[in-house]
Amino acid sequence: MPGPGNIEFSRRNLLIVGAASFVTPGAIAAPTAALAQTAAAPPALSKVALNINGKVSELELDTRTTLLDALREHLHLTGTKKGCDHGQCGACTVIVDGRRINSCLTLAVMHAGDKVTTIEGLGTPQNLHPMQSAFVKHDGYQCGYCTPGQICSAVAALDEIKAGIPSHVSADLSASPQATAAELRERMSGNICRCGAYSNIVDAITEVAGRQA
Amino acid sequence: MKFDTPATTNPIDQLKIIGKPTDRIDGPSKTAGTAPYAYERHDIVANPAHGYVVGSAIAKGRIASIDLTDAKAAAGVLAIVTAENAGKLAKGSLNTASLLGGPEIQHYHQAIAVVVAETFEQARSAAELIRVDYIRAEGAYDLAAAKNSAAKPATDEDPPDTAVGDFAGAFATAPVQFDATYTTPDQAHAMMEPHASMAAWDGDRLTVVTSNQMIAWGARDLATTLGLPRDRVRMISPFIGGGFGGKLFVRADVLLAALGARAAGRPVKVALTRPLIFNNTTHRPATIQRIRIGATRDGRITAIGHEGWSGDLPDGKPETAVNQTRLLYAGANRMTATRLAVLDLPEGNAMRAPGEASGMMALEIAVDEMAEKLGLDPIEFRILNDTQVDPEKPERKFSHRPLVECLRMGADRFGWSKRSAQPGRTRDGRWLTGIGAAAAFRNNVVQKSAARVRLDPRGVVTVETDMTDIGTGSYTIIAQTAAEMMGLPLNKVVVRLGDSTFPVSAGSGGQWGANSSTAGVYAACVKLREAVAQKLGFGSADVVFADGEVRSGNRSAPLAKAAGDSGIVAEDTIEFGDLDKKYQQSTFGAHFVEVGVDAATAEVRIRRMLAVCAAGRILNPKSARSQVIGAMTMGAGAALMEDLVIDERSGFFVNHDLAGYEVPVHADIPHQDVIFLDEVDPISSPMKAKGVGELGICGVGAAIANAIYNATGVRVRDYPITLDKLLDRMPAVG
Repeated sequence: MPGPGNIEFSRRNLLIVGAASFVTPGAIAAPTAALAQTAAAPPALSKVALNINGKVSELELDTRTTLLDALREHLHLTGTKKGCDHGQCGACTVIVDGRRINSCLTLAVMHAGDKVTTIEGLGTPQNLHPMQSAFVKHDGYQCGYCTPGQICSAVAALDEIKAGIPSHVSADLSASPQATAAELRERMSGNICRCGAYSNIVDAITEVAGRQA
Repeated sequence: MKFDTPATTNPIDQLKIIGKPTDRIDGPSKTAGTAPYAYERHDIVANPAHGYVVGSAIAKGRIASIDLTDAKAAAGVLAIVTAENAGKLAKGSLNTASLLGGPEIQHYHQAIAVVVAETFEQARSAAELIRVDYIRAEGAYDLAAAKNSAAKPATDEDPPDTAVGDFAGAFATAPVQFDATYTTPDQAHAMMEPHASMAAWDGDRLTVVTSNQMIAWGARDLATTLGLPRDRVRMISPFIGGGFGGKLFVRADVLLAALGARAAGRPVKVALTRPLIFNNTTHRPATIQRIRIGATRDGRITAIGHEGWSGDLPDGKPETAVNQTRLLYAGANRMTATRLAVLDLPEGNAMRAPGEASGMMALEIAVDEMAEKLGLDPIEFRILNDTQVDPEKPERKFSHRPLVECLRMGADRFGWSKRSAQPGRTRDGRWLTGIGAAAAFRNNVVQKSAARVRLDPRGVVTVETDMTDIGTGSYTIIAQTAAEMMGLPLNKVVVRLGDSTFPVSAGSGGQWGANSSTAGVYAACVKLREAVAQKLGFGSADVVFADGEVRSGNRSAPLAKAAGDSGIVAEDTIEFGDLDKKYQQSTFGAHFVEVGVDAATAEVRIRRMLAVCAAGRILNPKSARSQVIGAMTMGAGAALMEDLVIDERSGFFVNHDLAGYEVPVHADIPHQDVIFLDEVDPISSPMKAKGVGELGICGVGAAIANAIYNATGVRVRDYPITLDKLLDRMPAVG
C-alpha cells in the first residue's frame, strides 16, 4: 500500500519529485547558486523623483520596487490597493500621464518625470471628485477594496471615450464612441469587484458621463 | 436583553432613520481611498518588517529536510520561521489543517515557512532560496472516485440523515418520478483584499491588525494556536476587503505575522500572495447531489429526497447541500442524506451561503425539470407545493413565508407570461433567448450580540462593538439603529467596529450579522435610554427621544444635558430564546433571469436579472439591495464560469489566480433589479429584520441554468455551464 515514504518511480513522478526539491516560485536547479550570490549582495538602489498628485518626492528605491509598492510602502499612499500583484484584478489602477495602468505591473524607477494621479489625487472625503460622489450615491462599492481602482479606471475610461478611442464593442470604428452601458462594461472589465457592485458602478459612471456630455 | 417573545411596538418602528436608503457613512472614506485595511496600518504598527510565506509544493507527505542556509544569508533577512523553530503550536478550534505545516504536509500550498526581511522585495527574493526535500505520499483528490467511501459525517449541527414517512415506498409508487444527479465544482471566495495581517508584540502581549470577519473567534483561536491566555491577544479589523466566509477563521497570514514578529524582534506584516491564496486557504467544496421527486399527475409532491456528497480533509466538515430540501417544498414522504469523503485537497469550508448556495443550484434545476415532466408551468408547480409549516414537523410554523408572493410578483414584473414553455423557440438575431426562474431560500440565523454605547457631553453617541463590516453596510445600519433609538440625526452617531476590546458581537457570517448586531445595539440603546431618563429624573414610561431632545409629559431636555461632564455609558447583549425553535425562520425570494445563447458558438450572455426578496424589515434598502445584487453576481459566476480545476495526480487547484479562476467582470453582468417585499418579522428580533446577504445567491444559479435550457433545450446538470457542455447538443443553426 502506498504511504508516507512510498514513492512510485515512474518517469513522471521522478520529474515531479525532482522539481519539488526546489519549492519556491520560479526556482530551478541550475541558477540557484547564482541566485544565492545575488541575493546575499545588498539590493541595487536607485534614486527616482516621482510626481504623484502634483507633488514630487525623491526616493531611493530597490530597483525591484513596483510603482504600486512605492506608493503604498514608501509614500504611504495606501488608497491604491494590491489585490493580486499580477495585473489580473485592477485594484492597483492609477492614471499615468492621462492613461490608466496597473501599477503592480510597472517598476517605480520607470516613472521618473511622469505625472501619476492616484485616488488621493482625485478627491478627499471632504471634497470628493464627482466620480467618487457618484459611487457613494449609487452604492457602487461594498467592501471598498477594488473601489479606488474602479474610480481611477472610470475617470480614465470616460476620457478615452471623449478622445474617440474605440473599444472591442464599438460597432463603428470611425464614429465617436458613446458612454453607453455596453461600452462602459467593456472598458471597465479589467477591474474586478468580487462584491458584485457592477450594476451600481455602471449607474454611477453613466451619471458622471451624462454630466460631462 | 433576552429576546424570547415576539417584538411589540418599539422605537425602531418610528422608521425615521431605519428603513431609509441612506448612503453609507463610510462611503467617502472608501471612495477616497482613506479607509485603512490591515496591511496599511502604519499608524498602529510603525516600521514593520515584511514577511513572505512559502507554501508546500506537495499535497500530502512529509518534509524530509529544509535547507535555509542561502535564504538566511540573503540581504535584509531578519528571521525565518518554520515548524522546526516555531515552538509548540496548537490548532485553533475552527481550523481543520494546521496553519504552519511540517514535517507533515496536509495540503498543497500549506504554509511551511515565513521569511522576514527589511523589505518585501528582499523577503520575496530570499524565499526563493529555501530548498525543501519532500517525501510524497499518495492522496485522494477526486470526489467522484471517493464517493463510495464517503461516510456519515460526525457533526453535532445538522443530522446526516433525515427521514419522514416512507420515502422509498412513496417514490416507487408515485405516478410521476424524477431522479437526476447534479454536480457543483470547488469554488473560491476570491475576495479582492488578500488575507493580510500586521503583528506587534509587547512582552507577551500580541496586537494584530488583520482582515477577519469574526473577531472573537479569531482572537480566541489565535491565542489557542500560540498557547497564550486569551486576554493577551488583541485583534483589530475595522475594514475588510471582502470575506464571503474566507475570513471567518484565522489563517496563515496572522499566525505567521505573529511568529515572524516574535522571531525578528520587531513588528511584521504578512499578506498572502494571490497565487498562494487558492490552495493555502479554504474553498467551497465540490458536491455531487442526487435528487428524487415523486408526484401525483396533477403535480403534488408525494416524495422528495436529496442526497449530497462532498469531501474534506480528515476531521473536516461536509457541504450541507441538502438542508433546504428539508424545508422548501411540501410532501409527506421525505429523506435527506449527507455523506463526507476524505480528500487531501485544501481545506473545504464556508463560502457565502454554505449548504444552500450549492444545494439550491441543484434542487431548483430539479424542480424545473419535474415541472416540465408534469407539463406544468415551473412557477405554478412551486406554488402548488408551497408549505406554511415545517414539512418535517407540521406543528411548527414558519415565522413568515411569502414565497408565493415573491414568485407571483417576480413573474409579473419580469414578463414571465411571454416565456415560451417550449425550449429553443425564441430567437433574437444570432441569439437564442430564454427565461428561467428559481425560488430563493436561506435560513435566518440569530446570534447573541453585544454593544456598548456612550453619550458624550456634545450629545454624540458612540457605538462600540466587535462587529465587522465586510462590505455589508454594518457601519451604516448600526449608526441608523443608534440614531433611531436615541432620537439623533445620523451625523451625531459614531460607530467603531472590529476590535477585540469591544463587546463581542454576532460578527459577519451566515447572513446573521445585520439583524443580530443591530439588535445588540438596540439592547444597549434601551439601557442608555433608561439611564438618560433616570439622570434627567423623567419617568421612563412615556419618555420620547426625538430631535436631539428627551421629552416626558410637558418636560423636555437636550439629550446632551443628560450626559453631564463625564458622559453616560451603557452596555448590553441581545440573547435569543427559543423563538427560532418554536418557529422556522427563513428568508425567501424568487430569481428571474433572461439569457441569450449564441446559436453558433453557445456563448451565454445574461441579459436581465430580477430578484424579489422577503427578508423581514429592510434596515437600509440601498445597502441591502447591494448585498442582493452582489450575491446574484457571485451566483452568476457559479452558474457560468467558476471552477477550481483539480490536478488529480498532484492534488492541487491548478487555476490558482484571478486570471485562471474566472469570476464575473463588468461585461458579464447586466443591469440588475431587486424588489423587497414590505415585510416585518417580529419573531426574528426587536429589529424585525432578517438576513439578506446570502439570500441573493441561493437559487440564482439554477435560474440561469433554467434560462439556458429554455433558450436552447439543452439541460446541463454539471456546473459551471460552459459552452463546451452545450455545443454538441445545440439546435441546428438555421
